[in-house]
Amino acid sequence: MSIWVNSDTKVVVQGLTGKEGRFHAAKCREYGTKIVAGVTPGKAGEEVDGVPVFNTVDDAVAATGANASLIFVPPPFAADAILEAADAGVELVVCITEGIPARDMIRVQRILQGLPTRLIGGNCPGIITPGQAKLGIMPGHISIPGPIGVVSRSGTLTYEAIGQLTTLGLGQSTCVGIGGDALPGTNFIDCLEAFANDYDTEGIVMIGEIGGTAEEEAAEFVSQFVRKPVVAFIAGQTAPPGRRMGHAGAIISGGKGTAADKIAALEAANIAVARTPAEIGETMQRALENQSLID
Amino acid sequence: MKVHEYQAKEVLARYGVAVPRGRLVTAADQARAAAESLGGRVVVKAQIHAGGRGKGGGVKLAADPAEAADLANQILGMTLVTKQTGPEGRLVRRVLIEEALPIARELYLGIVLDRSAGYPVVMASKFGGMEIEEVAAENPDAILKAHFDPDVGLHPYLARRLAFGLELEGGAFKSGIAFMNALATAYGDTDASLFEINPLVVTTDGRVIALDAKASFDDSAMFRHKDILEMRDLDEEEPLEVEASKYDLNYIKLDGNIGCMVNGAGLAMATMDIIKHYGGEPANFLDVGGNASQERVAAAFRVLLSDPSVKGVLVNIFGGIVRCDMVARGVVAAAEEVQLSVPLVVRLEGTNVEEGRRVLADSGLDLTVGDGMADAAEKVVAAVGRAS
Repeated sequence: MSIWVNSDTKVVVQGLTGKEGRFHAAKCREYGTKIVAGVTPGKAGEEVDGVPVFNTVDDAVAATGANASLIFVPPPFAADAILEAADAGVELVVCITEGIPARDMIRVQRILQGLPTRLIGGNCPGIITPGQAKLGIMPGHISIPGPIGVVSRSGTLTYEAIGQLTTLGLGQSTCVGIGGDALPGTNFIDCLEAFANDYDTEGIVMIGEIGGTAEEEAAEFVSQFVRKPVVAFIAGQTAPPGRRMGHAGAIISGGKGTAADKIAALEAANIAVARTPAEIGETMQRALENQSLID
Repeated sequence: MKVHEYQAKEVLARYGVAVPRGRLVTAADQARAAAESLGGRVVVKAQIHAGGRGKGGGVKLAADPAEAADLANQILGMTLVTKQTGPEGRLVRRVLIEEALPIARELYLGIVLDRSAGYPVVMASKFGGMEIEEVAAENPDAILKAHFDPDVGLHPYLARRLAFGLELEGGAFKSGIAFMNALATAYGDTDASLFEINPLVVTTDGRVIALDAKASFDDSAMFRHKDILEMRDLDEEEPLEVEASKYDLNYIKLDGNIGCMVNGAGLAMATMDIIKHYGGEPANFLDVGGNASQERVAAAFRVLLSDPSVKGVLVNIFGGIVRCDMVARGVVAAAEEVQLSVPLVVRLEGTNVEEGRRVLADSGLDLTVGDGMADAAEKVVAAVGRAS
């Protein structure tokens, strides 16, 4: 099994006729993803590599039965594209676009609260269920199917972790890049919950970064609800304070947000934290071995 | 994007946020004239982006126009050192001359995005003039909070709750509520990421006014705020960071001596971490981005090498969409162009990695190939250790 995407997922690509959309949609198709439609307002009737283009997501869904959307629309229009997909009843929206204004995401999150649509991103590499479907821009060949769920705020650092797991023979159930924006549609806890409930996921790798308190909240969730081994890495342990986090940004959380705080919170929840980014795979391997000793 | 105090006040005033009367000047005689038009007794305030200006000697009270001219003369052209500028300080090019207000109370008011809640939050405290971080550490209950949806604005009951909490009374209660409403509206409409009014003052005659104002705006939203974008002051930014931003490179200068070029922000931070783990010090954070072209890689190389403290370079690329052979060609072209004279360690992984490694091997460049992140970091730290 897997979470959220599999070989039955039918994808409409918003922004398919653009350079990025066309390129990555082709890569997703090569991987085996069912790309069934594209949407670009005013370009209905065109085709991109044999994929029909529609004016609206509504039209695309009606004609093709698409149940997921992949967005490559430029930042000023990306929030509207997300809302259009949600309004058309698309269950999963993966937004790759980087640089969406925070205010637009505040609006998107408020509106999505009342809808069944799950948003992943923006500013994310997407989601892949190895051997089944890839909705995003990550390289497909570094993943192999298997029992490890991966969730990360970073892009290339996720590839690094996946590469290490694959080298050790630890395949992945699903890998989700939730994106580095301040207001991601899907957060760590959403992914941890889904992986915890997925029978085929036996261990979870979680890759965080400094800033915000998402990792601390995830640690709390793991200690209460997750019985599978969880391994974490926090990037930015040596980053100078104050460069990325706004001056008053840390205050809301009572001064949390540093790597040290996050690592302490994770370890308190019995999560094994990799000391360096080169040890993520090994740390997972050890955690699985320890688990099998207990079982 | 940060702006100066006078610019922040200009933006806030458009939304009806009460600010002191003031004028921006760049010469002593202008300061005298400004003080005369503002009633004589004024405050002379250095305009630099860093905080802590008062303690650094950049904010002074003048009793009359002559003293205002003297003080402006002293402050203009001075290199102001505050706890936020670093030891090198910042050159003061402009001063703001403001009316001196009869102050009864000093409060704090700020707005920032609360990521966990998904909404901006207004923070208020009775301890004006103190750093909000200090208040939070010593007395967290003293910070009042109210979230709001920028599409709706601050609900009246929340503004009232804050005003009661700040113990505003009579005329000050009314003007405090008007102030908070205007500030919240301005925050949403201008795509701000941070407003900090510290102190927010209550005058002896019951007015509520922003004595100081700090504002940052969401870089991603500046496409719809050309007027604010024009306020960007490149003199206040690190020159190398300005140069890097021309090529869409995300570069932050640090204090170490190992230059890093990485694709992706998370991997770039992790690369800094692993350099430090092996006993080295990164000279910079540099994310060349997801679709780094050969030109961009070359530009990145030029930027990081123009920092004279760089004694060695680590290139760490996990090519997903970026092809390793293309990155390798960019590295080779740039290394030849700048006549690289420091040790270079390259770690490539991902798409077209074999081809990329061949490009490096065939280049005739004196470089070391790293096998994995740990190996690459260890090698660059060792090479820099030998060189220095």
